[in-house]
Amino acid sequence: MMTTLKTESVPLRSSADVVTLRQKVRAWTAELKFSLVDQTKMITASSELGRNTVSHGGGGNCLMEVISNDIRSGLRLTFEDQGPGIPDIELALKDGYSTGSGMGLGLSGSKRLVNEFQIASKPGEGTRVSVVRWK
Amino acid sequence: MDRIPILRMGNFLLVTIQVDMHDQLALTLQDDLTSAISKNGSRGVLIDISSLEIVDSFIGRMLANISAMARILDAQTVLVGMQPAVAITLVELGMAMPGVKTALNVEAGMELLRELVKAHHLETGDDDDSQN
Amino acid sequence: MSKLADFLQKNESELLSDWMNEQLAGVRRRDLMNDADLQTQSAELLRAITQAAKNGNVTDLSRGEWTPVRDRLTDISSSRAKQGFSSSETAMFVFSLKQPLFKRLRTELAKDPETLFTETWHANTLIDKLGLMTTEAFMKTKEQLIAKQAEEMLELSTPVVKLWQGIVAIPLIGTLDSNRTQVVMESLLSTIVATNSKVAIIDITGVPAVDTLVAQHLLKTITAAKLMGAECILSGIRPQIAQTIVHLGINLADVITKASLADALALALQKTGKTVVRVDRANQKPGERKDGVDEKDLAEKKGA
Repeated sequence: MMTTLKTESVPLRSSADVVTLRQKVRAWTAELKFSLVDQTKMITASSELGRNTVSHGGGGNCLMEVISNDIRSGLRLTFEDQGPGIPDIELALKDGYSTGSGMGLGLSGSKRLVNEFQIASKPGEGTRVSVVRWK
Repeated sequence: MDRIPILRMGNFLLVTIQVDMHDQLALTLQDDLTSAISKNGSRGVLIDISSLEIVDSFIGRMLANISAMARILDAQTVLVGMQPAVAITLVELGMAMPGVKTALNVEAGMELLRELVKAHHLETGDDDDSQN
Repeated sequence: MSKLADFLQKNESELLSDWMNEQLAGVRRRDLMNDADLQTQSAELLRAITQAAKNGNVTDLSRGEWTPVRDRLTDISSSRAKQGFSSSETAMFVFSLKQPLFKRLRTELAKDPETLFTETWHANTLIDKLGLMTTEAFMKTKEQLIAKQAEEMLELSTPVVKLWQGIVAIPLIGTLDSNRTQVVMESLLSTIVATNSKVAIIDITGVPAVDTLVAQHLLKTITAAKLMGAECILSGIRPQIAQTIVHLGINLADVITKASLADALALALQKTGKTVVRVDRANQKPGERKDGVDEKDLAEKKGA
């Protein structure tokens, strides 16, 4: 049974917003008592995905949620934008793939930094990426 | 606009990154450093990231770029003080940053920088009197 | 709407004594809990169940009114897990309530078979659910205990030792799994920083087998150390492991490997600018060396 204990929506319109998001993710993961390495991984993932939202998605937001099932608690971040979308998700998830605008490692790299990774995107319909890091 | 200060130590430049940089600040640093190397004829750049708790792919690329640009301008770059958590995360991200020289701390970094500059001079037959 | 609550309330004391008898007749761990405590625990649970059932709902236990019962059962289970009861013994605590309950129901509703069946069925499902809840909570506690013990063992088995100024070594013993390798990695990297070591020797003499995942983790550790400014030497690779590595197609091109820890140490000393010189004590006057090197001078250099 999954419950949400805390949520906050962070707007992502500029690179300064990405910095704000990093700081919030740091605060929340510290509160959840994540190990230092896990905190760093999650904050870095949020930076990568946040940046993608701003530069490729034309801006959007990140929904931060502290979630818990019976066994453990974790942090879920859902990045959403109404941008151009990703035409070939599989290709985008390949390491080092870049559309020339530097998307490169961000997506595939972030996947390795988290425990759960989900992405939904269609050209013209925006993108939603959801990641979870469990304690 | 805020900028990251660049200190000059003889033939070398020293940069200490202590803030959580937003993209623009990072790009400004890149510009400022390349200008400074050029203006001062610097032979070495030491970048201290011991206070950086997060290095994502953008910052990582910027650091690698600085190293490459410096080399073209005939300067060696050494990155020092990377925190273990940062190193682990960078490796997981897939950023191995080849071509970037690193050292544990400023002291080891300066030593390495001197060695690199010396070796480079021997290689390139540079008989310029570089005091450092 | 179940009338179970009324029934439970009315027959509380008899139910409790019947239930106690049931429990005492079955597997009774007097060594872990005395009768008085058991009585108290049983009475409190029965009262909680009665209270919760007052709403008439005895099928959906996720509803608010059942929270006190759930919490109480979780506590009971948890403490029994820690005390050393087995999972069946803990579950039987709840299941043994069935017999007394059905017996009373039958007496009470003998004249109304329809209601008897309904309420018996309700009671049955209720207790089954409570029993399952008990087992789950029990398992969870056991798992937590095991995880904690594993963590403690992990910390004990990954020491990082300083071999010389600027050189650390981590002798790995036993099988490496993902979790352990993570701990090893973090431990090694933080020790490198703490001891200001330029060289780290990872010795795997004591590792019986290496698979792709383990090799990947080791490679990640080595790359991370390099990013930080330290160099790693992998030593103690047994012939079988060398074969496995090649068969698995793992690329160790960028990794320095030495067959033995001794060779690795020699290389590490070299990399940190040290050298080992033989001292011939047999034929020298005190304070004099055959090769003309001043011993005191060398000792000072070595300690640098």
